[in-house]
Amino acid sequence: MAAMLALVIANNYVQYFMAWEVMGLCSYLLIGFYFHKDSAANAARKAFLTTRVGDVGLFLGIMTLFVTGGTLSFTDLPNAVQTGAPLLWLAAPLIFCGTIGKSAQFPLHVWLPDAMEGPTPVSALIHAATMVAAGVYLVARSFVLFTSFPVVMPWVMGVGTLTAFMAAYIALTATDIKKVLAFSTISQLGYMVTAMGLGGMTAGTFHLMTHAFFKALLFLGAGSVIHGAHEQDIRELGGLFSKMKQTGATFVIASLAIAGIPPLSGFWSKDEILLEAYEEGHYLVYGVLLLTAFMTAFYMFRLVFLTFFGKPRNPDIHAHESPALMTIPLWCLAMGAILVGLPGSPFMDHWFQGFLSGAHHGGEINGMVMGSSVAAGVLGIGLAAVLYLLKPQWPVAIATTFRPLYLLSVHQFWIDDIYAILILNPFQGLGEFLFGFDRLVVDGLVNSSVTAMQRMSQIQSWIDRNIVDSIVNLTGRGTVIGGDLLKLFQTGSTQFYLLITCLSVLAFLSFELTTGFQELPLLREEFYGFSSFILDNIFPAPWGSNHPFAP
Amino acid sequence: MAVVSALTFAAFLQFDPNQTGFQLVEKALWIPQLNVYYLLGTDGISFPMVVLTALISTLASIGSFSIQRREKEYYCLYLFLVTGMMGTFLALDMILFYVFWEIVLVPMYFLIGIWGGPRKEYAAMKFFLYTFAGSLVMLVGILGMYFNSTPHTFNLMELAENEFSFGFQKLVFLALFIGFAVKVPTFPFHTWLPDAHVEAPTPISVILAGVLLKMGTYGFFRFSFPILPDAAYWFRPYLAILAAIGIVYGGFVALAQTDFKKMVAYSSISHMGFVLLGLAAFSTNGFNGAMLQMFSHGVITGALFLLVGVIYDRAHTRDMNAFGGLNAQLPVYSGLLVFFSLASLGLPGLSGFVSEFLVLLGSYEYSKIYTAFACLGIILAASYLLFMVRRVLLGPLNPQWESLPDINTREIVTLVPLLIITLGIGLYPRYILSFFVPTLQQLLANIGGALA
Repeated sequence: MAAMLALVIANNYVQYFMAWEVMGLCSYLLIGFYFHKDSAANAARKAFLTTRVGDVGLFLGIMTLFVTGGTLSFTDLPNAVQTGAPLLWLAAPLIFCGTIGKSAQFPLHVWLPDAMEGPTPVSALIHAATMVAAGVYLVARSFVLFTSFPVVMPWVMGVGTLTAFMAAYIALTATDIKKVLAFSTISQLGYMVTAMGLGGMTAGTFHLMTHAFFKALLFLGAGSVIHGAHEQDIRELGGLFSKMKQTGATFVIASLAIAGIPPLSGFWSKDEILLEAYEEGHYLVYGVLLLTAFMTAFYMFRLVFLTFFGKPRNPDIHAHESPALMTIPLWCLAMGAILVGLPGSPFMDHWFQGFLSGAHHGGEINGMVMGSSVAAGVLGIGLAAVLYLLKPQWPVAIATTFRPLYLLSVHQFWIDDIYAILILNPFQGLGEFLFGFDRLVVDGLVNSSVTAMQRMSQIQSWIDRNIVDSIVNLTGRGTVIGGDLLKLFQTGSTQFYLLITCLSVLAFLSFELTTGFQELPLLREEFYGFSSFILDNIFPAPWGSNHPFAP
Repeated sequence: MAVVSALTFAAFLQFDPNQTGFQLVEKALWIPQLNVYYLLGTDGISFPMVVLTALISTLASIGSFSIQRREKEYYCLYLFLVTGMMGTFLALDMILFYVFWEIVLVPMYFLIGIWGGPRKEYAAMKFFLYTFAGSLVMLVGILGMYFNSTPHTFNLMELAENEFSFGFQKLVFLALFIGFAVKVPTFPFHTWLPDAHVEAPTPISVILAGVLLKMGTYGFFRFSFPILPDAAYWFRPYLAILAAIGIVYGGFVALAQTDFKKMVAYSSISHMGFVLLGLAAFSTNGFNGAMLQMFSHGVITGALFLLVGVIYDRAHTRDMNAFGGLNAQLPVYSGLLVFFSLASLGLPGLSGFVSEFLVLLGSYEYSKIYTAFACLGIILAASYLLFMVRRVLLGPLNPQWESLPDINTREIVTLVPLLIITLGIGLYPRYILSFFVPTLQQLLANIGGALA
């Protein structure tokens, strides 16, 4: 709650983002409230992660805005837009990513149906009325940014229309009472986003307001049914109206409102959006939205008829009315669902639109648009009545005849399965692959470098032992051998030494005589010098004139 | 530890964040022949790290009470480790820095090798050799700077005044980079980290993640960028690429883990990538974000490791698939685990968001592609953390754990300060930013001046 209030009073994008994320956290925790159920725990995680993907887009958008536009304040936004910074347009689609995530637009809508695992009042408050609308509010807040860059608008419109149609189509076959409402929420959010994309900021915001009332009412009503009947599958329910009059009556009011039956609130706001589409000349969008309105009426009253009317299908269900604590809020919201459309209706001169845009909204009443939307609603209700009250065997027949279309709806366009194949499994797989890569290659390199070093040290150790050391040993051995050889000369006999001396002198003299003195002048000189030195020192003979001891 | 904390607190009172130079300087001649000084001092870059060291090591020492074997040796080595870490963050002389940097390795080696898990010898050896090899390359860089400076000096401030030639800067930057990158750890130098983390006892894992990894990025802030600004500028695309790879790669690998502690270890690699990305941004936002990310990652991941330790002490397994539904059995523990998981995945209002926001803001101005990659890392962080919460806390309770006691008071005491800090930074980042913004501004101005 605090986060949601902080969000709407934030005046800059950073505060907005912080509140937005805290809101996401609370949503995560509340969805996972029944954490001992595997499905709830998974749904919580899915909700957080899916919206987080959108959040990253929003985050990048905010940064783009800050870097190129130089402001993060909502009030400065118009000035920033006028500077015409080159990359500013990028901020709009990025911010819109946040909307896609939070407001459960295609292709990130998958979390919202699963989020129904949370307690029903939580679904009513945050997953239907308020939190999911934050995305639409975000577009409304940044509306200047969006209108300044017309390239973005068709995308916003397209996403909204596609979501509105697709979710309504899925809701046609959903059997869980809360799932029907969840897809209905997605569809209605699609309406709001379409309105934004069409440039109808006021129409979108108006629908946001009215939707909050009747959708919260529907969810609380569903909660009351679940409380009273202990069953969520509408195929098992039936004939509850007689036992739960209060709940039934308010539920019908809300269903009429969402189906767009005048003068209930849903009529006025939905009509505004259709009018916008028609006047802007987007006839395709108009057609699709009209078809969606028809489907909305149909699936809502399919829900109503299956749950509250007809015969009780399951004899084990003993429904009872909920206590006043639960029915009083229902009636309060029912009042809202009836009346809240009036401030935006021609009866009150479009006061709400004027309040938002600051200018008088002189909307003409277009009889064609109004008539067609009412017709779509009435036709949808009528068809539901025929199929589920009068001819209960027909729906089965239709489902078998148009089996592919039926399966498409039941399996929710297989989007969850596609995501599992395209995104989740590859992500997990990539994670495991990279982990293997990390173990084998990166760490393998480290380990093998160590192994290589060990190998190298082994080689070096071999070299050391066998070559370097053997050289050392060789030197030692050489010394020993040399010593052994030289030892032979050390006989200790004087005669032997004299013999050697004489032989040496003879050898030397013969060498000197044969080679001649001239060819070895150096040697000769040295020889002379050396011998004279020895002679001078050892034998201080009288002939040495320069002898130090000479007189 | 009490003494260390008290001294740090005293320094806290004396520290003036608005002064950009070094403060509380202590100087003594150590090896006069080489002009080496015993020179300690702090400024806005190192002071948060000093505080972080004191905080984490105090809390981890409380967490160490669960160690029952050879306590005397344990605490002796533990204090030695703290000395080394403090010294590393305070040294202003490159030789002294190198000495402290190496001192850290020794007690760490024994702490992992003696009190670690089943593969402790392998992990300790790997940690030691890997970081040692890296730091030797760094030493070569340090010596290179010494011989190319006039006059020859190891003094950080004097080195920063030298204008080295561009080619030389690149070489030295590379040498220092290898030393620091191993410590951070940056992809692809990270593989020692999961082993060391998983095998180390809980308090040591906390210190590893909380403080030791920061020594690497601190090195960039303290040495590489101020002394070699041109090279740092030249290398920024490579830094950014490695950072982006690290963020995404770490995230993916964390997603594939079944071991709780290993998941947190890989998430560290991913988160430290943000620090590097902030450095590569070369802007005020990027630097502030990187600095803050260092601090907040230390706090958050430290807490996560403590929490892993809590559950391991009780269940004697870290296999996430073996748990389930603990939310019902251990409500207080679950609350804390969810809180720190959310902090780690960057929930606004908690410290991880502020720092990642600043980093991304800085890097967005530099390169949109790397920023987009980093954002993918944020989604991955949400994936693996929520996947962990889902497997450990939610779902039906595994009957095996029906008698598991909840977290005790001592463990809460270690976690609550971290919780308060995480929340405090998240809600009011201005206070902690005020400690280092002036210094970083000055640093950026100096670097910018060198570039012009």
